[in-house]
Amino acid sequence: MGKSIESILKKYDNCSRDSLISLLQEIQENEGFLSEEAIVKTGKKLKIPTSKIYGVATFYNQFRFEPTGKYHVMVCRGTACHVLGSLTVLQELEKVLKIKAGQTTRDGLFSIEVVACMGACGLAPVININGSFYANVTAESIKEIIESYRKKEE
Amino acid sequence: MSIQIEVNGKKLEAFEGETILTALKRNGIRVPTLCHMNDFIPSGACRLCVVEIVGNPRLVSSCSFPVSDGMKILTNSPRVIESRKTIIELLLSNHPDDCLYCIRNNNCELQSLAKEYHVIERRIHGNKNSFKLDHSSTSIVRDPEKCILCGRCVRVCEETIGVSAIEYINRGSKTLIGTTMQKGLNTSSCVNCGQCIMVCPTGALTEKNQTHMVQDALQQKDKTLVVQYAPSISVSIAEEFGMAPGTDINGLLNAALRKMGFKYVFDTTFGADLTIMEEASELIQRITEGKTLPMFTSCCPAWVKYIEEFAPDFIDNLSTCKSPQQMTGAVIKSYFAEQSNLKPEDIISVSIMPCTAKKFEMQRETMGRNGVKDVDIAITTRELIELIHLHGIDMKTIQPEITDSPMGVRSSAGKIFGATGGVMEAALRTAYKKITGEELVDFKINAVRGFEGRKEAKIKINDDLEVGVAVISGLGNVRALLDEIRNGKNDVHFIEVMTCPGGCVAGGGQRIGVDRSFIEARTKSLYDIDDRETIKVSHKNPEIIELYDNYFGHPLSHKSHELLHTCYMERDVLL
Repeated sequence: MGKSIESILKKYDNCSRDSLISLLQEIQENEGFLSEEAIVKTGKKLKIPTSKIYGVATFYNQFRFEPTGKYHVMVCRGTACHVLGSLTVLQELEKVLKIKAGQTTRDGLFSIEVVACMGACGLAPVININGSFYANVTAESIKEIIESYRKKEE
Repeated sequence: MSIQIEVNGKKLEAFEGETILTALKRNGIRVPTLCHMNDFIPSGACRLCVVEIVGNPRLVSSCSFPVSDGMKILTNSPRVIESRKTIIELLLSNHPDDCLYCIRNNNCELQSLAKEYHVIERRIHGNKNSFKLDHSSTSIVRDPEKCILCGRCVRVCEETIGVSAIEYINRGSKTLIGTTMQKGLNTSSCVNCGQCIMVCPTGALTEKNQTHMVQDALQQKDKTLVVQYAPSISVSIAEEFGMAPGTDINGLLNAALRKMGFKYVFDTTFGADLTIMEEASELIQRITEGKTLPMFTSCCPAWVKYIEEFAPDFIDNLSTCKSPQQMTGAVIKSYFAEQSNLKPEDIISVSIMPCTAKKFEMQRETMGRNGVKDVDIAITTRELIELIHLHGIDMKTIQPEITDSPMGVRSSAGKIFGATGGVMEAALRTAYKKITGEELVDFKINAVRGFEGRKEAKIKINDDLEVGVAVISGLGNVRALLDEIRNGKNDVHFIEVMTCPGGCVAGGGQRIGVDRSFIEARTKSLYDIDDRETIKVSHKNPEIIELYDNYFGHPLSHKSHELLHTCYMERDVLL
């Protein structure tokens, strides 16, 4: 965090449209997400219509368009986790938080991100909340995990 | 170079470098496609045009595969047909299946192909996506659920129009066509031209249909119903009623509109003449008084919006003249209202346009006064056809009628507004007279006619003045010209821009599914009218002369500025 969109864009002064993805990645790294403002400014910089940028960005799972929540839940959907039921975990999580992957709850507390593999296949299905790993998660345990974070906030 | 190919056992001639599809088409062999468009680089998205090449283990998409000498092609082998049928079934597997309630019923490429390939049962069940209807635009409605992702609209918007308001969003089975941040067309850079509708194979893109508003208006007995129709309308609907494409059915149209219940039928071509009177005077004023040049025409509402969004540095170059639709509307609610002892608010003014952007233009803030709009409802050619059918009017048995005064007489200069270059030609005829005091010897200005995307010419007015003109057909061609002007190009004084390639005869509100020959027939018809008729210049239209004598005084007068001119503003949209 810290660098403004302008200062990032400045680095791409003589760049063409091929730099789009690395530019978006850098903005997301700083801002946590791609805002409408960021997309408009990127479009002006690289002379690409915003619709094209949005199209490219939505093609990849890595980009999000809402700020992350206070607790950012990453759900692994890699092969090992998939085999051991990560889809049920994700669906249950979406139900509990009443948001979809890529979204943030209205109170700004939780956000969900689906990731391809965390490299912790031995712990499958695995999730990660703000850096802490939770192993062998089930549809039941995910509810308790979320509840524990909610309690913290009370 | 000419080469030989064999198609279904028959030898045919093809040319090196062309695609199989092009060669087949030229030889009269029809291959189904859902994504192919003439004059576009093939995308190969829909796979319906697959054919079998003997010796090639895989089917190839004929739209993107080049011919080669001695190639043996099977266009209708059982394998090909099975494959195409499966593609159609897959497309239908997540389609809403509400054909009966769809505006494109009986005029849908997907529906026709399903019938052609004998798809009579649902073999494949797919998960249906639930996407939101985008109702936000004044002109265009998008229903992503009916979309088959052929990508034609995306390509037209980018390559022909140069706007790129829509794009593929997301990936895989979640893919849809949408706008930036999925905020809807009204906050996008969409200029409402409707060319996306013209290429959509299904009902995913349609105009914002307002026939029900016309129907309601026709029932309001305490109001006076007035209708106007654009110059291109009378030559654009004949084929719907079994007549030759391009036939001018002006008289029948008047009769049909009266049968529908309109009390007064006016011709927007009169407004076109009025536009020319004002616009030619404005051009001369700009040239003689050294004001901002080049001047841009302002008849095309999509083009006007484009400038407001993409090139606000050129706003002062836009002619301040309202478009013919709005001028006619303004005269209806002022001069005509006064003459007929009607209150402007008691008139419902309907316009019939070849254009979806006119629905946007009529609701612009500056298009009216004292809470009274110049035009109340703007419908497209398609909606007009719907209304004619709805009212059970048999165009073959009715007798032609004439338009009403004081906006019934027109010049043929106003009529050619419907084709690319028409506004330019009409304006030059009147400007020439205004500057030199004499009429042009030959009214035909061939340099500005024709379908090319960009035409330029120098018109010698007198020894001191040569006017440089440029005509743009297809909005995508304008960007380069604007850049040239920014970089110092100064040999053009007057630029006409029409967003739709070919002009209003090919507008986004016209009948869907017509090919180029229809557009050419409509254009020819307009120019034939110009050849045939005697009043070839706007300033000789007797009703125009009368209007200025009785009401406006002269072009660019205080009154005409009040009623016939407008202003523009920079627009903040997601470019």
